[in-house]
Amino acid sequence: MDGQSTPTLELRDVSKSFGAVVALRDAQLTMYPGSIHALVGENGAGKSTLVKIMAGLYARDTGTFQMEGKPVEFRTTAEAKAAGVAVIYQEPTLFPDLSVTENVFMGRQPVGRFGRIDRAAMRAEVVELMTRLGVAIDPDRPAEGLSIADQQIIEIAKAISLDAKALIMDEPTAALSGVEVERLFAVARSLRDEGRALLFISHRFDEVFALCDTVTVMRDGSYVSTTPIADTDVASIVRMMVGRDVTELFPKVAAEIGRPLLEVTGLTQPGVFQDISFQVHSGEIVALAGLVGAGRSEVARAIFGVDPYQTGTVTIDGKALPAGKPSASMKQGLALVPEDRRKQGLVIDATVASNITDAIRGTLTRGGLITTGAENAAARVWARQLEVKTASLDAVVGTLSGGNQQKVVLAKWLAANPKVLIIDEPTRGIDVGTKSEVHRRMSELAGMGLAILMISSELPEVLGMADRVLVMREGHLTAAIDRASATAENVMFAATHSGEEVQ
Amino acid sequence: MTTSVTTQPAAIERTYAAYGRPAWRRVLLNREMAIIGLLAAVLVVASVIVPKFATPTTMGYLLFDITPILFISLAMAPVMIAGDIDLSVGSMVGLSSVTVGLCSQMGIPIAVAGLIALAVGAIGGLVNGLLITRIGLPALAVTIGTLALYRGIAVGLLGTTAITQFDKWWTALIKARIGTTGIPVVMILFVLLLAAFVIMLHFTPFGRGVFAIGLSKDAAVFSGVDAERTRVILFVLSGVMAALAGIYYALYYTSARGDNATGMELQVIAAVVLGGVSVFGGRGALSGVVAGVLLIGVLSKALQLVNVTSDVVSIITGVLLVLSVIAGSVMNWVQSKRVRPVPGSIQSKTA
Repeated sequence: MDGQSTPTLELRDVSKSFGAVVALRDAQLTMYPGSIHALVGENGAGKSTLVKIMAGLYARDTGTFQMEGKPVEFRTTAEAKAAGVAVIYQEPTLFPDLSVTENVFMGRQPVGRFGRIDRAAMRAEVVELMTRLGVAIDPDRPAEGLSIADQQIIEIAKAISLDAKALIMDEPTAALSGVEVERLFAVARSLRDEGRALLFISHRFDEVFALCDTVTVMRDGSYVSTTPIADTDVASIVRMMVGRDVTELFPKVAAEIGRPLLEVTGLTQPGVFQDISFQVHSGEIVALAGLVGAGRSEVARAIFGVDPYQTGTVTIDGKALPAGKPSASMKQGLALVPEDRRKQGLVIDATVASNITDAIRGTLTRGGLITTGAENAAARVWARQLEVKTASLDAVVGTLSGGNQQKVVLAKWLAANPKVLIIDEPTRGIDVGTKSEVHRRMSELAGMGLAILMISSELPEVLGMADRVLVMREGHLTAAIDRASATAENVMFAATHSGEEVQ
Repeated sequence: MTTSVTTQPAAIERTYAAYGRPAWRRVLLNREMAIIGLLAAVLVVASVIVPKFATPTTMGYLLFDITPILFISLAMAPVMIAGDIDLSVGSMVGLSSVTVGLCSQMGIPIAVAGLIALAVGAIGGLVNGLLITRIGLPALAVTIGTLALYRGIAVGLLGTTAITQFDKWWTALIKARIGTTGIPVVMILFVLLLAAFVIMLHFTPFGRGVFAIGLSKDAAVFSGVDAERTRVILFVLSGVMAALAGIYYALYYTSARGDNATGMELQVIAAVVLGGVSVFGGRGALSGVVAGVLLIGVLSKALQLVNVTSDVVSIITGVLLVLSVIAGSVMNWVQSKRVRPVPGSIQSKTA
């Protein structure tokens, strides 16, 4: 924030093209010591390209890049690290079989006499780092099995032990639960107070406002603005990101609530979830909230039949579903948009047309035979319905942007004409424009009489979209709260406290 | 209440081209066409420079030689497209030919003996499939095990002896050619099976599921594909086709031995991979696979006619295989360089 001090890192008029595609056009970014700077923009706005230039992965085409007033030129990531730039990615890649200590010192182990690795010194430094960060992670345990949040902490510890001056966090909170986010923020603030410069990239505005002091907005590969956080608000940031007004983030339309379409009774899988019972009615959007790891996705997967369950029943419009048979569930009109779009929702290396028709292939046959022509015809209808942006129907779906990929998943399941739609994290990792489009679409579907069960870790989404909020904690349903009485406080309370204490 | 985004231009009617490339490029510029073209080129060159190559007799023997590989590759291709592999097929050829031999020795008619051999193949394939899907072992490990197991049973049943007496009518039928064309009569059976496999793999929802499993098993399961059942069926088919090749082997060479077709699994896999099936699964077509088998057959026959020894033939096949795999990777790399990021999701630029 202190305009007088020398910026830790300063990029001016940086451009980068890949062939004919301009990824970055005159980008600007100035990070000051003792400041947490937010970088926001839609997917494809150029944030990642900018980060990769700072990390030494890409070379810029034009512009200047200075650190602490001196021009720098990174040809490799090692050079960037040596100069004090550290990047913490959304999902860190640690060596799973090595201990926490060994991971922190990978590639630069301190050596004692005769070139032996000085284990005692390594361990002592890690213990000190963890104390400084205020976290309790056993330095001797293997990295395998650590939560993503803990893995990020280890990456941060690594960065500090390298004495990083600029710490870049690329969507670090996307896979974290509320408590974990708070811990990460505490660590980030303590690093700021040590005089380091931090860059925080996030799609979640509440986090940006809670943590950062300055915000830089990018759009279409260009710099839009840099403002102190105190001088702006969510609406104006969104306007700058999208280049137009998004009047309502959660365009929930009240729909007529009809008969129960999804009924879950006493669903139990020991150690995963216990005695889960609820109903979702026609026209209703029910949110399943809770912390990451509370068992929400597991319940959804068991209902759909991808995972087994031991006892309990699931019925769709009065008809019981057999356990463990997704094809039978689909036949009764159940659709599941899974949590992991790239691994579960889509065959990421297959074409747009093939993905859109993945769930309806059986109905496209004539005399048992299917042709690419029939698939394309069906896919075209749904691509148009959802306004999927793709060059052609035979484009590989992995080349589309995150938002468009999500539209393809939605198209795939809407094509199956479901009665009940389960959506796990409907808007994770997609930009604000597409986000509101997905929400509008969900609202529309509820209006058409679908029963929608939405799993979401984003409280504003839960509160904005749901007619009813179910909360899970450690495998149990701990609360059912109506739209009218649902608040961030009572949902979070139910997610973190046991059932008896609620209400 | 109904609209959320105020300034978006009213519904642009999007049109969706089915294909990103013009038709001629799609049809001509792919792995399968490259192999078919290479096959055609080798055929033309061999016909011109190798004496006695372009004759019905030579062509007939060429096809007789590669018939077992043709049969097995039809089933190996889908197995590999689904991301698995079956290394036990060579041993199954041996076990099946021993089964036919023993049954025939006991006086069982060949037709019945053949059905028994096919059943043995189906059971062998089922064992592979169940071990792989139910216990969750990798196909490579399981079928290396059954490669040894099935071969062991085959050799154990017959020892080092061979059965060389078969019903004359059947051996004559297997060795028969269609009129004066030189084409073996068994090719009729092959063409029928080829048609069946093409339909199964390229024109049914089941076949689409096979490709989906090979690209992403998770995503296939989440789309309602019964991945376990599909993979078991493919292994059963693989066992049955290997058994069919074993019946042919016994009758054509009039010799049922435990060590028949040792190492044939590698010839089959080489031809399938040469034909454009990805070793990682998810990609391939039977047109390329058949061309791959034929290419290896034509090359070895032509070189054999000009007295090139079989080790040189192996070297050439090996080089071709490595080159084809490299070419695939290079093509992928070139394509990945050409893929352009989708422009951001904003159409209307602010003024």
